[in-house]
Amino acid sequence: MTEQATGAHHPQPRARSGGAQAATVEHVTGAQALIRSLEEVGADTVFGIPGGAILPAYDPMMDSAKVRHVLVRHEQGAGHAATGYAQATGKVGVCMATSGPGATNLVTPIADAHMDSVPLVAITGQVASASIGTDAFQEADICGITMPITKHNWLVTDPAEIPRTIAEAFHVASTGRPGPVLVDIAKDALQARTTFVWPPQADLPGYRPVTKPHAKQIREAARLISEARRPVLYVGGGVLKAGATAELKVLAELTGAPVTTTLMALGAFPDSHPQHVGMPGMHGSVTAVTALQKSDLIVALGARFDDRVTGKLDSFAPHAKIVHADIDPAEIGKNRAADVPIVGDAREVIADLVVAVQAEHEEGHLGAAAEERYGAWWSDLNRWRETYPLGYDLPEDGSLSPQQVIQRVGELAPEGTIYAAGVGQHQMWASHFIDYEQPATWLNSGGAGTMGYAVPAAMGAKAGRPDRTVWAIDGDGCFQMTNQELVTCALNNIPIKVAIINNGALGMVRQWQTLFYNQRYSNTVLHNGKTNAGLSSNVGSSSAETHGTRVPDFVKLAEAMGCVGLRCESPGQLDAVIEKANAINDRPVVVDFIVHEDAMVWPMVAAGTSNDEVMAARGIRPDFGDNEDD
Amino acid sequence: MTKHTLSVLVENTPGILARIAALFSRRGFNIDSLAVGVTEHPDISRITIVVNVETLPLEQVTKQLNKLVNVLKIVELEDHAAIQRELVLVKVRADNETRSQIVEIVQLFRAKTVDVSPEAVTIEATGGAEKLSAMLKMLEPFGIKELVQSGTIAIGRGARSITDRSLRSLDRSA
Repeated sequence: MTEQATGAHHPQPRARSGGAQAATVEHVTGAQALIRSLEEVGADTVFGIPGGAILPAYDPMMDSAKVRHVLVRHEQGAGHAATGYAQATGKVGVCMATSGPGATNLVTPIADAHMDSVPLVAITGQVASASIGTDAFQEADICGITMPITKHNWLVTDPAEIPRTIAEAFHVASTGRPGPVLVDIAKDALQARTTFVWPPQADLPGYRPVTKPHAKQIREAARLISEARRPVLYVGGGVLKAGATAELKVLAELTGAPVTTTLMALGAFPDSHPQHVGMPGMHGSVTAVTALQKSDLIVALGARFDDRVTGKLDSFAPHAKIVHADIDPAEIGKNRAADVPIVGDAREVIADLVVAVQAEHEEGHLGAAAEERYGAWWSDLNRWRETYPLGYDLPEDGSLSPQQVIQRVGELAPEGTIYAAGVGQHQMWASHFIDYEQPATWLNSGGAGTMGYAVPAAMGAKAGRPDRTVWAIDGDGCFQMTNQELVTCALNNIPIKVAIINNGALGMVRQWQTLFYNQRYSNTVLHNGKTNAGLSSNVGSSSAETHGTRVPDFVKLAEAMGCVGLRCESPGQLDAVIEKANAINDRPVVVDFIVHEDAMVWPMVAAGTSNDEVMAARGIRPDFGDNEDD
Repeated sequence: MTKHTLSVLVENTPGILARIAALFSRRGFNIDSLAVGVTEHPDISRITIVVNVETLPLEQVTKQLNKLVNVLKIVELEDHAAIQRELVLVKVRADNETRSQIVEIVQLFRAKTVDVSPEAVTIEATGGAEKLSAMLKMLEPFGIKELVQSGTIAIGRGARSITDRSLRSLDRSA
């Protein structure tokens, strides 16, 4: 993305005027107005790469004392970094790119943020307004391209519109159901002179998110909770986004109902809490999956009945009434009809529910204490928990078990560590075998399933929370998609830690081939190739090669990118290597954990089947004594 | 499947039609007809959409449309409480023998002859979908050379206006 020489652009010094006026008025360029707007909305970190059309914006960026720009190596990294930053800090993430390929490289992270409702502002340069529509150099209709994957987007051709648009963009991204927005600014609008007025007047007559739940619906939900005998609180990412974890704990303990947190909600309710029954869904715990199936009331809070949670929709939780609270009215009734729909912010909904449930208590409708009310339910839940706990077998050949690696990384990490996972087996194991006790400690690509998310998202999280340890749990497949951002980390003092769970394969796809394609491993083995084993390196290991070609050599690759590279191949080295990685805080660390390739993720509900068919392990369908229960 | 007529008030901004069309295509909803025009307020356009869906998907259509930032208001206009009109311009083959028969049909349907030439008659007709299709059926035997139809537009019966409150919210923010 190179600039075509067009002559240097010299910004004018900022002229501040009128101390008497309430609003700030300055005579500036569009580019200066953009940077001033970013300063005013409180954007402290921008991930991006300059190029021709956005170049005017980078000149005043250089002078800003408030906005830190992190120069990434690929725009996809900028987008995921902004997402990681947003998920770790709760603030709006910002990424910037030039027109054409710069902008289109943001498409994947924008789609990812859209699926996971992450507040993100993407700012792209556009060719000069007179050239729009002429197929000019590096022109792409990024507003058209991102229309279905943004909450909203804007094309700005008038420099006077820049402050208002930036203010609206941050407002739309962060309020209601959060999501990504894109602001595409024509190069001539960045170059032209304008006045900067702050605060600008917002003009969004069609945007009015409902946050206050309806009192009648809340009372009805509380009544259902008091009447239920087998309730489940089904908690989704909306609870984290609303900052409602304290309220959730109060509601859970008040009702005594079991809690299941989705992949997007890990950390919303402490994993160690006795009422936590695990994660629901395709790779959820047997207890959580079964609890939903057998429940008579599901209270969905900021969750969206995703297909990975429900399995075959028409057989999902057949006996359950549904209370569905979400800030997005379109989610309610989209997949599963709701008996009590509640539109509102999760925090307000849960706070109101607490009051309403207390009122039910006082009126004596509950009749008995939680233990008595839900006694039979908890004895079922506890039996399932004891019989089908999450677990794994250690490999018989003495090689590393991927689950054990992830579990030990979690156990040895300092308190408050933030984890960012890629997508695949390692992601599911990280959801299973690390305990999440606090909100904003688990970042992953849930809805989109974007491989390559972990390294740049961890980078963004660490940039936003430099006080925390940040571990990326990545697969060798994912790592090879976005590892270049380790260079960004090394050069910008963003010392993340990366655990590569290296099984030499696209593990989750391989698992499906094992289970559903007669073990025909078509194009899932990553380390087979013409390079023979003798040519590959033995860095950090005295043992003979046991796993294919070892191309690339992740230790050497890490070192080449300015990181510390470590390797671990046997259970005996495991703790020492992790502790060594934890002790390095001045540089990024990459640990190549060579793990057994045949490990599989269990439990599992096969795609398209009913959650009643959950398999605790291969060939093992739990016995729920169905005949008695039904 | 049943037909539903939605009146959608939108901000009169570039790209709004694309946003609505893209939403329908992405969510797999079928549009039967679509008509756009500016309202009595120059900043507001009104899009009349006729969709052929069951009740539940219709609720999704409405909710998803409501999420578009430029959409101000959506009202479903029920058949019995609204006036619905389409416009048709049709060029029918005509000669000295058939012309009078065609004109007779035009009068029966209270349509208008807007252009005449030795080989053809061009007819303008407005009305509900049923009336127009009945007229076209009558004209078909003469030979339809060219046909152009507008989307349905609709307005509720009675004194109430669906734009009142939207205009107020627009004024407040302006």
